[in-house]
Amino acid sequence: MSAALQVPAEAPLLDVNNIEVVYNDVILVLRGLSLRVPQGRIVALLGANGAGKSTTLKAISGLLRTEEGEVTRGEIRFGGERIDGIDPHLIVRRGIFQVMEGRRIVADMTCLENLRLGAFIRSDAEVKRDIEMVYAYFPRLKERTGLAGYLSGGEQQMLAIGRALMARPKLILMDEPSMGLSPLLVKEVFAIIRRLNEELGITILLVEQNARMALSVASYGYVMEQGKVVLDGTAEALASNEDVKEFYLGGHGAERKSFKNLKSYKRRKRWL
Amino acid sequence: MDWSLLLQLTLNGLIVGALYGVVAMSFVLIYKASQVVNFAQGEFLLVGAWVCWWMLTEWQLPFWAGFLFTLAFMTLFGMILQVVVLRPLIGEPVISVIMATIGLGIFFQALMKWIFGVFAKPFPPIFPVERVSVLGLEVQTVYLLSLGISILIMAGFAWFFTASKHGLAMRATAFDQQVAQSLGVSVPKVFAMSWAISAVVSAVAGVVVGVVNGVSSALSFYGIKVFPAVILGGLDSVVGAVVGGLIVGVLENLAQYLDANWLNWGNMYSIAPFYALILILLIKPYGLFGTRAIERV
Repeated sequence: MSAALQVPAEAPLLDVNNIEVVYNDVILVLRGLSLRVPQGRIVALLGANGAGKSTTLKAISGLLRTEEGEVTRGEIRFGGERIDGIDPHLIVRRGIFQVMEGRRIVADMTCLENLRLGAFIRSDAEVKRDIEMVYAYFPRLKERTGLAGYLSGGEQQMLAIGRALMARPKLILMDEPSMGLSPLLVKEVFAIIRRLNEELGITILLVEQNARMALSVASYGYVMEQGKVVLDGTAEALASNEDVKEFYLGGHGAERKSFKNLKSYKRRKRWL
Repeated sequence: MDWSLLLQLTLNGLIVGALYGVVAMSFVLIYKASQVVNFAQGEFLLVGAWVCWWMLTEWQLPFWAGFLFTLAFMTLFGMILQVVVLRPLIGEPVISVIMATIGLGIFFQALMKWIFGVFAKPFPPIFPVERVSVLGLEVQTVYLLSLGISILIMAGFAWFFTASKHGLAMRATAFDQQVAQSLGVSVPKVFAMSWAISAVVSAVAGVVVGVVNGVSSALSFYGIKVFPAVILGGLDSVVGAVVGGLIVGVLENLAQYLDANWLNWGNMYSIAPFYALILILLIKPYGLFGTRAIERV
């Protein structure tokens, strides 16, 4: 008889359901945001500055609570269990690791110490092996023996991602990995992100300003504005959506428009 | 010039300085991990020494047992102090926290006087041999023990902060609490741990000094001596604390020598480190090893 039971279509690894986030008890940042991240996928979260992308990630990782923020409504489920309201250091132990915006590596430690710190929640004997694995992904980190604060921006980003790998997370929340990197390095970092997903099976929720890059590696995407999801779809669908093209992928293409005709100069609110 | 006296004083200075270094390290540990300037550091020595003394005299325990009990007691003591007194003060102004630690200092100072009296009480003799001769210099056995323990503690700190993951977590917490949390570190636990370690290490120093000089409220003066040491070394540097402690130890002994032979101002022994403190604040306020923030250009 069990075969006749209704089996829900592939429960997502991460299920954010209609959450509201308030900072300092008064500032409403997220207003009813929902998104789903299926197991083993890369999902992109796009949007303008101040749309609430980073806040969404912090709500999931619990780091919101370190900034006087709070999820006041809705729920966040990871692997079916509710995780909103749990301390951030316990959420890491459940397998969610946030690579924060601006790398945030520990500048006065060496590369190796940063990597070992990434494995803080683990006590198994395979930490050394995983350090070698991280070096395999980022060979140039192995040559850097000085303080991590002196690494270049790209190397710091690689170290931040490597540090996340050390925790063996199921889900990585990546906040603007392309920030401040040269176009060449951005390509390199995104190639790595794709490899981590394909080779290690890590699910990734990716927040990016560089929408073109994000949609090239993601399978699904959400567009946020003013604390809400205003558009979502497969990466291909979003990449070919006229509005997304115009506002996030740059207006150039077959027909170049004059600035006069650009929508962004005509009206401010587009989706709502 | 009396060379052998000078040498003897320098050696004494290094031995006492190593102890200052140990206390300074435990002071810096709390400051680094939880940004609290602990004015009750000297009372940690006092409490530790009295507890150990009590174990040895009233309970007649052998030294090692009393010592281990003291360490266990101080672990709890430091942790409870942090959780009960300091944790509710997180996020309060620095001056409130400082006042709280000064209050703690006065409280424990008075409590110890109340329980154990105001007179110095000697430890029961621990070593059969009082003095040994090292390179022609007379050295008290307890001083050698003190130096040994100091070096052991310093090596322990060095290992803890570079090799153990909890040490790394503590450094990460000192660097950026949000980052530490994002790595799975529980910041309240790190705070409690730093206070526990600091209390234990200070108590070890307290016991050593108590064995040498007897236990009395004068012990808490070490908490004051720590300031020239840490300011000299840099408030947030563990290595600086050790170096600062050694310098202060040697400095006060040499100042004493200078004073006794030529200056005759009196009491230079206890004053000299504070002259140095003022000078350092004028010339190099971040100390010898204080943080210079890394900036990539």
